[in-house]
Amino acid sequence: MSAEGISIFDLVIAGVGGQGTILASDIIGKAAVKENMFVRAAETHGMAQRGGSVVNHIRLGCELGSMIPMKGADVLLSLEPSEALRYLEFLSDDGTIIVNTDPILPVTVTSGLCTYPDVDAIIAKLEETHKVKAFNATELAKEAGHVQSMNVVMVGAVSNYLPVSVDTLVECVRELVPPKTININVKAFEMGRYVTKG
Amino acid sequence: MSTREYMLGNVAIARGIVEGGGQVISGYPGTPSSEIIGTLAAMVERDFYVEWSVNEKVALEVAAGAAMTGVRSVVTMKHVGLNVAADPLMTLAYTGIKGSMIIIVADDPSCHSSQNEQDTRRYSQFSLIPCLDPSTPQEAKDMISYAFEFSNKVQMPVIFRPTTRISHGKSDVELGPVNESIPAAEFVKELERWVMVPKNARVQHVHLLEIQKIIQEELENSPWNSLETSDGAKVGVIASGIASVYAKEAIIKQGINVSFLKIGTYPVPENKIRTLMANTEMIIVFEEMEPVVEEQVRVIAQETGSTVEIIGKLQGSVPRVYELNTDICADILAEVLKLERQDVPAEVTEDFDYNACRIDLPMRPPVMCPGCSHRATFHVMKKVYGKNAIFPSDIGCYTLGIQSGTVDTTLCMGGSITVASGMYQAGEKKPICCSIGDSTFFHTGMNGLLNSIYNKANITVTIVDNRITAMTGHQPNPGMGRTAIGEETVEVSLEALCHALGAEFVETVDPYDLKQTEEVFKRAKDYKGTSVVITRQLCVIDAKRSGIRRKPFSIDAEKCVGCRLCVNLGCPAIEFDTTTKKASINAMCTGCGVCAALCKFDSITEVKK
Repeated sequence: MSAEGISIFDLVIAGVGGQGTILASDIIGKAAVKENMFVRAAETHGMAQRGGSVVNHIRLGCELGSMIPMKGADVLLSLEPSEALRYLEFLSDDGTIIVNTDPILPVTVTSGLCTYPDVDAIIAKLEETHKVKAFNATELAKEAGHVQSMNVVMVGAVSNYLPVSVDTLVECVRELVPPKTININVKAFEMGRYVTKG
Repeated sequence: MSTREYMLGNVAIARGIVEGGGQVISGYPGTPSSEIIGTLAAMVERDFYVEWSVNEKVALEVAAGAAMTGVRSVVTMKHVGLNVAADPLMTLAYTGIKGSMIIIVADDPSCHSSQNEQDTRRYSQFSLIPCLDPSTPQEAKDMISYAFEFSNKVQMPVIFRPTTRISHGKSDVELGPVNESIPAAEFVKELERWVMVPKNARVQHVHLLEIQKIIQEELENSPWNSLETSDGAKVGVIASGIASVYAKEAIIKQGINVSFLKIGTYPVPENKIRTLMANTEMIIVFEEMEPVVEEQVRVIAQETGSTVEIIGKLQGSVPRVYELNTDICADILAEVLKLERQDVPAEVTEDFDYNACRIDLPMRPPVMCPGCSHRATFHVMKKVYGKNAIFPSDIGCYTLGIQSGTVDTTLCMGGSITVASGMYQAGEKKPICCSIGDSTFFHTGMNGLLNSIYNKANITVTIVDNRITAMTGHQPNPGMGRTAIGEETVEVSLEALCHALGAEFVETVDPYDLKQTEEVFKRAKDYKGTSVVITRQLCVIDAKRSGIRRKPFSIDAEKCVGCRLCVNLGCPAIEFDTTTKKASINAMCTGCGVCAALCKFDSITEVKK
């Protein structure tokens, strides 16, 4: 868990290049800075973005390095089910996993070289050790108006855990998404927030 | 109003250039350095000149020329780019500069996006040019203004070396005021300074060595080095750059009492090291990659006759490869000081593998985009030249063709044509067909082509021309007819350029047209001498951005026999169901039509709307 004198909240965001993990961490980071917190984040750019596995670390209330130590994260937010498993070691024993259950098959699977594990089995495995909030965020995004708003659905879902106010987060959603998609994304945020409430 | 903003490290560095009053900024794209110029070039209002140069040597010389006139210049590149620019670098140390000049070189420990993990601080030692090493994005921004002033004061260029975790980290950054003073360019003729003939070079070398003491003293007391001595502490920790924040966190977690020296400059702060050494029994040095600081600590220990125990890379506890992190630092502290790790259960610390999974996870490597024309080029190349042919390649998105079996070598920027001709000259009898991107060809590929033609190498050079510098984030290049800031400029013709370099066989094809591409590759293979095939098709990401929409394709399951010919292309849009033994096309299809042209059973057709 985030420790005193080091950080207030440590979040790992996992996903696949192209899913919008950077925008998701930008919304959270910018909101935290607006509320006068120190923020450190690490992102995957470059080569790994071409459909590869990506992971962002974001530390709120931290003035040290951006990399969360293993077993250090308070929440693991995964935009794709298998990626939750891939980065599970960063999550603290007391941490929570918020995971989108809609899989993206890598080329190694679509071309038949590897198999993709059963999504229910992945969730069951995660639940063996941690608190899990699993739901189909891609479907919710479609309902909100566009499949690409899935990342914002996930930001909404994690908003119940963050030490940042909802109003500031929504303000940052409005500021950071393309202007034409503000209504869709605000709706996506609310839908995600509703899923993990209570 | 708050002046604190959440920004990317490279954006913070760009902001530092603006605050410091940078006037001429040049560079060549390279991860993790590219967003610095990207940010500056995208600014709507700017009172500086910014360019994408054709390679790092060119970029460094442009910035050097600017600084010779008395203005403030910056050049940006990734670590391996400095190898290309090493020639002017070494002599620029002799001439010095008149205005200010910062050489920004982004290092990539762990090779996130690089072919090696060389340490730029070694170039600082080699060239005797001072170097700054930031520990946070905030410090990175603040160091730039300092570097401009320091450079002007000592009349020397300054190397500024962020690493991936600085450049691609994000942080809250406190903005500062913008330096409004703008020195005017005025070149003053001083032959003994600017003309490095032997007579002058000998004198300047002496001068370079003489000013090292001044540089050392200035940097020793700069804000980037700080010594916190702790009462009763017998252990001293020295950490440089980004390693200093990892070490700090590990020390807090372990709850140990140490004196702490944070280093952000090279030459290192020798007096601070002496002070620390005089008050401790053990010094642990944390730095990423090479033991640059540790070697200096050992030199000082020898000079002072100190018996302090020095823990580091040379002694063996600290790894000399890859990035460091808090866990590695905490493990080393625990091991050396014989403590328990305080923060994680013991079982996790043993041979921990970040990718170890409790369920077998499919690999998810980065791949070429759906519809990428490189995939079509590689498919035909392999068909025509055969599996036994040799395919030297280069650095760009097409390096991902390693999965297509058409990337046999990747050495450095521009190293495809030259390696290919070397293999031919060695007497290799197999067909040789190399690949190189448009931007890489302009970078250092064209010299190789000239050499290959001049020396009569019998090889095929394929220029995979996607009309952009794609891998590093879509920067313009001389083949595109526009500059870094989007102004129109001359569009350099690859065909005319190749002809001018002496090529007699130069053919251009659309790689989506498999038939034509195959016909041209066949003729290129039969040609005696260096043949050039330009496969030209817009990068799919760029095509989408510029509004090109193609109809997607679909597979008729009735007609699909499950031969997997289309699947073997490795396109992320094509899936194979192992139960039904049929292929299908998913929503990622961009409509390139390559799989449809390939299918022998006419089962792939354009989706009709």
